[in-house]
Amino acid sequence: MEFFLISLLNGVSYGLLLFMLASGLTLIFSMMGVLNFAHASFYMIGAYVAYQISTWVGYWPALVLAPIVVGLLGALVEKYGLRRVHRWGHVPELLFTFGLSYIIVELVQIVWGRAAVPYQVPEELQGPLFTLFTTSFPKYRGFMMLVAVLMLVAIWLLLTRTRIGLVIQASLTHPETVEALGHNVPRVFMLTFAGGTALAGLAGVIGGNAFVTEPSMAALVGSIIFVVTVVGGMGSLAGAFVASLLIGVMQSFAIAIDYSGLKLAESLGLSIGPDAFGHGVLKLTLSQVAPVLPYLLLVLILIFRPKGLMGTREG
Amino acid sequence: MASTHPDAGRVVRFAPIDVGRWLVWGLTAALFLVAPLVFRTGFAITLLSQMGILIIFALSYNMIFGQGGMLSFGHAVYSGLGAFFAIHAMNWVGAGTLPLPMSLIPLVGGLFGALFGVIFGYVTTKKSGTPFAMITLGIGEMVFAASLMFPGFFGGEGGISSNRVVGEPFLGITYGPAIQVYYLIALWCFGSMIAMFAFSHTPLGRISNAVRDNPERAEFVGYNTQRVRYLVLIVSAFFAGISGGLAAINFEIVSAENVSAARSGGVLLAAFIGGAMFFFGPIIGSVIFVLFAIALSEWTKAWQFYLGVFFVLMVLYAPGGIASLILMNLRVAKYKLFGRLRDAYVGVLLTGLVLLVGVILVVEMSYHLTLNFATGTQTKIFGFTADGGDPAFWVLALGILAAGAVSFEAMRRYFSREWGAVQEKIEDQIRREQGI
Repeated sequence: MEFFLISLLNGVSYGLLLFMLASGLTLIFSMMGVLNFAHASFYMIGAYVAYQISTWVGYWPALVLAPIVVGLLGALVEKYGLRRVHRWGHVPELLFTFGLSYIIVELVQIVWGRAAVPYQVPEELQGPLFTLFTTSFPKYRGFMMLVAVLMLVAIWLLLTRTRIGLVIQASLTHPETVEALGHNVPRVFMLTFAGGTALAGLAGVIGGNAFVTEPSMAALVGSIIFVVTVVGGMGSLAGAFVASLLIGVMQSFAIAIDYSGLKLAESLGLSIGPDAFGHGVLKLTLSQVAPVLPYLLLVLILIFRPKGLMGTREG
Repeated sequence: MASTHPDAGRVVRFAPIDVGRWLVWGLTAALFLVAPLVFRTGFAITLLSQMGILIIFALSYNMIFGQGGMLSFGHAVYSGLGAFFAIHAMNWVGAGTLPLPMSLIPLVGGLFGALFGVIFGYVTTKKSGTPFAMITLGIGEMVFAASLMFPGFFGGEGGISSNRVVGEPFLGITYGPAIQVYYLIALWCFGSMIAMFAFSHTPLGRISNAVRDNPERAEFVGYNTQRVRYLVLIVSAFFAGISGGLAAINFEIVSAENVSAARSGGVLLAAFIGGAMFFFGPIIGSVIFVLFAIALSEWTKAWQFYLGVFFVLMVLYAPGGIASLILMNLRVAKYKLFGRLRDAYVGVLLTGLVLLVGVILVVEMSYHLTLNFATGTQTKIFGFTADGGDPAFWVLALGILAAGAVSFEAMRRYFSREWGAVQEKIEDQIRREQGI
């Protein structure tokens, strides 16, 4: 029970962090049709900028300033890069962001070096939040969940209750009509891209010190958030939410369970020697298989439900 | 209609000998033969061998990317898994359990590449466009993670190593010296080039172009686009596997890095930089990529930065790659309008050079400061010693950078104006010629 609850909490907090990234990616994708390959790179920039700001003025200003910096950077990228290649179609856009992810990793190494930087959780948030049976749940995890939920509510309110949200929603499906009504759709695109990257930056600020701030952090999380968006259904925010939580919980349970097919066979009364066929597969514990699970889920979803969990369109 | 006509069912083709094509292929073969005689150093042979391997890989990638319209982020899966099976086959040959000459090992890689094309392609080709790209990325990550899980087959972090000098020497060929391996690679590379070029002219190759350009219409004509993508992917995976097999022979070691996302991204860069819309584009791209990845990385740690910037500039300004740049300039030369562009070219190249020097100075000095802090702040650039700790050097570098940027931007505008005017003139002329 204790194990179950703690793993669930850890999984949910990781899933919410994934959702912060996936929501920006999904917004940008559904709006502009652009798969932002450099999305995780903006997450990394968020973490590094937050580290830099926190060494100057402390963590709390960084929590606000770093996402703004990342959002501005995103706006510049959209205005001077993406908009240029937009007319050639989606593949050049994807390639542009792909090249950008190369450059950003190198720039980060040029500025901050190749080793991890000591980006730490602020003192106010260190220590346990509460103790469940015998395991304590860290305060910072709770803070991450709080920020993610606040952000989720804020996006939802922005998209459904404000005028700009209505314009964004309309531009998702009918850009020409929105333009005919006198709205500046390219600017809406730029704002969406900036907003999406700012969300990634925010995720970087709170994720960078929860995990490690290093040049490989973008690659570590990058492919997972693509899995999230495909599993949830391309362009579906609700799907991205469900898929993030699903993958987050699945990962944290799998990592903690030290159980293999061999043990299962033993408990069933079978004994499989090291020479038997398939021994190499059966002896793997669930925690060893954990890194592959999201991708296996992706493949299974594609075979049995190609439009994703909550997707409405195929292909 | 009863088929009574004697010519019914017979297709009459006018097929003269294409002199230009024979000339081009002949020259390519000659280049393969002569290159190691001109560049004789060991380093040059290494470069040439890797170029040959990457050319096969990039051409196989372009079969799905340029010709089939499928942007894949996981093509290294096929070459890498092919390489793993090839290196195991080499070990079996060495142990005497597999009677196969070393020269045919790449075929093992190719067959297993195709086998995995059959398996993974079934899942990936269900989609096209952006979803296809994301799924290939996922499959690539899955294979990479799995390769670290089964150390028995994949050798864990250290990889699997082997020895290519096994079995009886055939006509004195032992594959001990690097030059013999180069000629093996060259032979396979040339053969694969011809086979892939021929493939692009088969009905399947042609219909894959149609599926790329207009999948809906191809479906209305009666083709199953998913099936076309699937078949093309299998063929492409076969050639990727051949390049993997050659890599196994060349390096005598295969590790998880061979199936990594970095490898998949590299081949995408090579194919795109060369020009994905042309058959010969990826060949140029592979040569450039190997120069970046191996020659440039000898001098600077920031080579990936330069490669990334180069790639992004190509995406922004020359989406057709180097191949399209060459063809466009040949067209200008053909219409004898090069003279008009001469000043613009000189201006752009000179100011571009200044900008490049500025960028290199700033990048190298900062990289040196952050990475090699222990060895002091001085670094050697272009034979000069620059001191990253001295503000004077920074003022100089940033000054060159700013001057280069401003003048280059001005020249770039002038150039694009002139270039547009010249292109318009050529198009006018073409229209006039067609009118007559």
